[in-house]
Amino acid sequence: MENQMTASASTFVSQPAVVVDRVSKIFNKGKTNQVDALTDIEMVVQPGEFISLIGPSGCGKSTLLRLIADLLAPTSGAVTINGKSAKQARADQDYGMAFQQSGLFEWRSVERNIELPLELKGWDKVERRQRAAEMLELVKLPDFAKHMPWQLSGGMQQRVAIARALASHPKLLLMDEPFGALDEMTREHMQAELLRICNNTGTTVVFVTHSIPEAVYLADRVVVMSPRPGRITTVVDVGLGRNRTELTREAGDFFARVTEVREALRGIEATAASVADDLRTRGIEDR
Amino acid sequence: MKGQVVKGQVVKGQVLKGQMTGAAAARTRRRSIRPLLMFPLAFVIVAILWEGYKSVGPPNGGRVLGMRVLARTDERAMPHIWDMLVRFGRSEVRGGQDTIFVVVIRASWYSFRCALAAFAFGSALGVALAVLMARFKVLERALMPYLVISQTVPIIVLAPLIMALMAYNSRELASTTWLAAVLLGVFLAFFPVAVGTLRGLQATDAAPLELMDSYAAGWWKTLWKLRFPSAVPYIAPALRLAGAASVVGVTVSEISLGVKFGVGRLILSYGQEATSDPPKLFTAVFGAAALGLIMAGLVVSLDRLLMRHRPPEAV
Repeated sequence: MENQMTASASTFVSQPAVVVDRVSKIFNKGKTNQVDALTDIEMVVQPGEFISLIGPSGCGKSTLLRLIADLLAPTSGAVTINGKSAKQARADQDYGMAFQQSGLFEWRSVERNIELPLELKGWDKVERRQRAAEMLELVKLPDFAKHMPWQLSGGMQQRVAIARALASHPKLLLMDEPFGALDEMTREHMQAELLRICNNTGTTVVFVTHSIPEAVYLADRVVVMSPRPGRITTVVDVGLGRNRTELTREAGDFFARVTEVREALRGIEATAASVADDLRTRGIEDR
Repeated sequence: MKGQVVKGQVVKGQVLKGQMTGAAAARTRRRSIRPLLMFPLAFVIVAILWEGYKSVGPPNGGRVLGMRVLARTDERAMPHIWDMLVRFGRSEVRGGQDTIFVVVIRASWYSFRCALAAFAFGSALGVALAVLMARFKVLERALMPYLVISQTVPIIVLAPLIMALMAYNSRELASTTWLAAVLLGVFLAFFPVAVGTLRGLQATDAAPLELMDSYAAGWWKTLWKLRFPSAVPYIAPALRLAGAASVVGVTVSEISLGVKFGVGRLILSYGQEATSDPPKLFTAVFGAAALGLIMAGLVVSLDRLLMRHRPPEAV
C-alpha cells in the first residue's frame, strides 16, 4: 500500500498538499477506556487530488480528517499541509471544512454565512459581499443570497456550506460525510456539482464517506481503512479520468472499482468477524 | 427564477417561498391581531367574574369545609368596578389639585423608570456573569451556589440593609431610596438572565464550534460570532422573567423602603385608607398592573426583535 502511495507521489513534482507522516492517535491514553483510534498512518495527497476515506465505523476516518485539520493533535507523528505544520495551516485558514450537518448559522442570511470565514480574516464588507456573490454563482444559488438557511432545502444548505468552505479560496477542502444526510437523488446531484467545482478551482479534497459508489465516483484514490486499531489497509486507484458524468456511474470500469473497494471492505469485515469468533470460543465476550 | 439549472431544488425553493407569502403570511397576520382582541376580552371576562361573584357571594365571607376561603363581597373588600373607574376621575385627597388618575400615572411612570433601570442593569449583570462563568469553569463552580442562595433571601430583609449601607443620614435617605429600589430590582432580575444565558452559551452545537475552531477563531471571537447568537433562544425567555422580576423587585422594595414617589408607596398608603375609601386602593393596583403590562409588552418586543430572523418553529 505504501508503494502505491509513493509511486503516485513521484509522478508529481510540486510540493504535496497533505503529508501524514506515521501518525497515531490514542484517546484516553493509559486509562481503562483507552482507544487506539489510529496507528501508524502514512498518506501523501498531491495538489488537485481527490481522496476518499472509507471504512466501517470506528476505523478512525473522521479522526484522521480532524488530525489533518488540526482539530485534534496526533499522539505521535506529524501532519504537514503545503509544507506547513497543520497548526500553522489552521491559523492561516489554508483549508476549508464541511460537515454532515451543514452547520450554517441560522441567524445569518445565506450570504453572511458564506462571509463568515472572510469576516474572521478581517476582510472589509465590500470585498466580502463580492466574494460571497461569486461563491453563490459557483454553487449555483445566485438568487438565494438574502434567504435565511432554514428557508432552503437540505441540498441547498449543503451547497451553501461548500460555498462557505471555499470562500477564502483554500487549496484544500476537508469534508466529513457532507452528503450523508441527503436523499439519494440530491446526493448524486451534489457529487457531480462537487466534482465540477473542484475541477474549476483545482482544489485538493479529502472526503470522508460511508458510501462505496460515492467514494469511487468522486475520488482519484480511495483509501480503505479498518478499525481496532484504525489503519489504512488498501488504496484503490480509481483512474476514471477527470471528466466524470452521470454515464460514469453506469460504466464497467466504475463497477469494477466499486467491486474492488467492496471486496477490500469485506476483507476487513471477515477479519473482524473471525477475531470476534476467536474471542467467543475463548469465552471472552466481544463488545 | 434564474438558477433553473438546479432543477429539483430551485423548484423546492419556490415552493418554500410560495408558502411564506401565501397561507403562512395570512396565519401570522391573524396571529398578530388576535392578542390585541384577546386583551380587552380578558379584561371584560375578569370584570364579569368580579361583579358576578360580588352579586352572589356572602358579604362577610364564608367557610368551605371549615376553612375561610370565600372572599368577602361587601363594598369595603370588593368595590364595584365602576366605582374604581369613577375614583380615577376624582382628586386624590379632599381639596387636592390632581385627580387620582394623574397621581397614579405619575407614580407608575416613576416606578416604571426604576424597573426599567433595574431590568437593564440586571440583564447586563446577568449576561456578564454568564460569560465569565462560561469562560472560567472554576468561576461557575464557585459562584453558582451563591447565586442560587442569593435568590432565597427575601428582599424585605435586604431593603433596610441596603438603606443602612447607602444613606448616611435621614436627609440623604429620601434622595437615595429610589436607587436602593433599583438595586433590589437588579438583585432579582439578574438571576434568570445569568442562568439562562449560561445554559445557552453551553448549549452550542459541536459542528459549528468545530467550524470556528477550524478558522482558528479564539474564545472571545467564538463567543461573539457563535455562542452568543446561538444562545439567544435561551436568553430571550430569561429576559421575560427578568422583566417581571424587576417590576416585582422595584414595587415591593418601594413598599418596604417607603420610596416617596413610586406606585408601591401608593398601594401602601391607599391600603391604609381602604376602610374609608375602598376603590382608592384599586386605582393604585390598576397602576401597578399597567406598569407590569407595559414592561411585559416591552420585553416581548425585545424578544421578537432578537428572534426576528429565526426559523418560525424556534420562535
